[in-house]
Amino acid sequence: MQNTEHAIEVTGLRTRYGDREVLKGLTFSIPRGKTTVILGGSGCGKSTLLKHLIGLLRPSAGSIRINGREITTLDEPGMDRVRGKMGVLFQGAALLNSMTIADNVALPIREHTKINEATLQIMVRMKLDLVGLSGFDHFYPSQLSGGMKKRAGLARALALDPEMLFFDEPSAGLDPVTAAGLDELIMKLRNVFRMTIIVVTHELPSVFAIADYVIMLDKGQILFAGTLDGLRASDHPRIRMFLERKPEQQAYSPDDYFRVIAGE
Amino acid sequence: MAFTLRKDISDASRIINHSFYWTFISPFRGKPVRIRAMISEMVKAGYNSVPIVAVISFFVGIILALQAAYQLKRVGALIYVANLVGVSLTRELSPILTAIIVSGRSGSAFAAEIGSMKAAEEVDALVTMGINPIRFLVSPKLIALMVMVPALTMLSDVIGISGGFLLSVSVLDMHPYNYYQQTINALLVKDVFTGLIKAWAFGIVITIVGAYQGFKVEGGAEEVGRRTTSSVVASIFLVIIFDLFFTMLFYYFT
Repeated sequence: MQNTEHAIEVTGLRTRYGDREVLKGLTFSIPRGKTTVILGGSGCGKSTLLKHLIGLLRPSAGSIRINGREITTLDEPGMDRVRGKMGVLFQGAALLNSMTIADNVALPIREHTKINEATLQIMVRMKLDLVGLSGFDHFYPSQLSGGMKKRAGLARALALDPEMLFFDEPSAGLDPVTAAGLDELIMKLRNVFRMTIIVVTHELPSVFAIADYVIMLDKGQILFAGTLDGLRASDHPRIRMFLERKPEQQAYSPDDYFRVIAGE
Repeated sequence: MAFTLRKDISDASRIINHSFYWTFISPFRGKPVRIRAMISEMVKAGYNSVPIVAVISFFVGIILALQAAYQLKRVGALIYVANLVGVSLTRELSPILTAIIVSGRSGSAFAAEIGSMKAAEEVDALVTMGINPIRFLVSPKLIALMVMVPALTMLSDVIGISGGFLLSVSVLDMHPYNYYQQTINALLVKDVFTGLIKAWAFGIVITIVGAYQGFKVEGGAEEVGRRTTSSVVASIFLVIIFDLFFTMLFYYFT
């Protein structure tokens, strides 16, 4: 922990699927104890970036340091130790459908500690209460609504009291009220537990509600990294387009259009 | 093409390696297999397929006896129906029939379960929780099939021979004691034993193929369906290949 200011430092991160380069040399750092939003349009590589940060994908080049520790060259047991300090909420919550909510939340605790069953049950109820799901212990994921599933997924991500929480599109597929409730929960986690929170999203209202620090990606490159006010004040045309919800200009010349429909 | 083939081979060998590591080596390093999941897999793959295995084996026993009688009657050696039914069931037909039923029921279920978990990011979630998906999902299934396919094969042996017996004493007018005695004399321990070894190997093949196809899923529901189908086709194909291999091995070395 030589650098206490930054939880994650990424330098020169490049990755490719086949011969298409998805991330083109990203360099940035994520401050500790703050909410960082990774923002960008569809297909800009933000989900790929998230998968690199949680160690599901390995980059073609570049380095990722978490708490000062290089994870791109780490073996599986070492990676699992780093992951012990991380919680991840996936887009579809990714709860195991064959288990009850309580068992889902208990799963990481059961796997990594030897706590007795009674204590475990109390811990599970605490986590469920934290996300506002008290009394739903014995429900199966299929019996819950989308917003409740995400809360349950969050309770599972919080099970081992992580230092870092990752969210993949937390408000995708939720109505505005439920999404705002989830945003509030994210803020609560940052304020009360001082967690480092990394949110990948393209939903502007939730960005303005939760972000301390924004990293904006476009076509695999960093367009902007800085505070929320900095983002608002930016006059970069791509950023303005994103913030003002303007569609991409498609200025075809008649010749180009002819070429496109002729399939050349 | 060459690239994807190489990748397929390396993926398959990784799954084989990891499955065996997490099933047989890691329990001695303090990461035990999940017992409860294993029992539930045993019930699903073994106990629940008892009726279908029993019915099919019974009918195959009858069919075998009839087909044998058709030829043996002409040479007046009807009593050898017992030998033919007993030996061909224990050495060959019971293991292969059981394996085909199990790959249709359980192999496809493994591929579908793992595949839909992969599509819903549940496998990724396991990894980020520090839980190895192979240990969590494949090891219980591997042990379950390694136990249950031989067990079902034994059941199939018994019921298939009874099918042949019932047909012989009723339709072919054989004396029950003669048939019984003839079967006992014809069957060697090694016949039953080689059949069970085959069944054990088939259990491994079915689990690995189902898991491999499941973990290969990248997209959504449509691919889960496609992978499920190919898991059944591939596991039946591989079961036959392994059967050929073992039969040759036992022919020369027992």
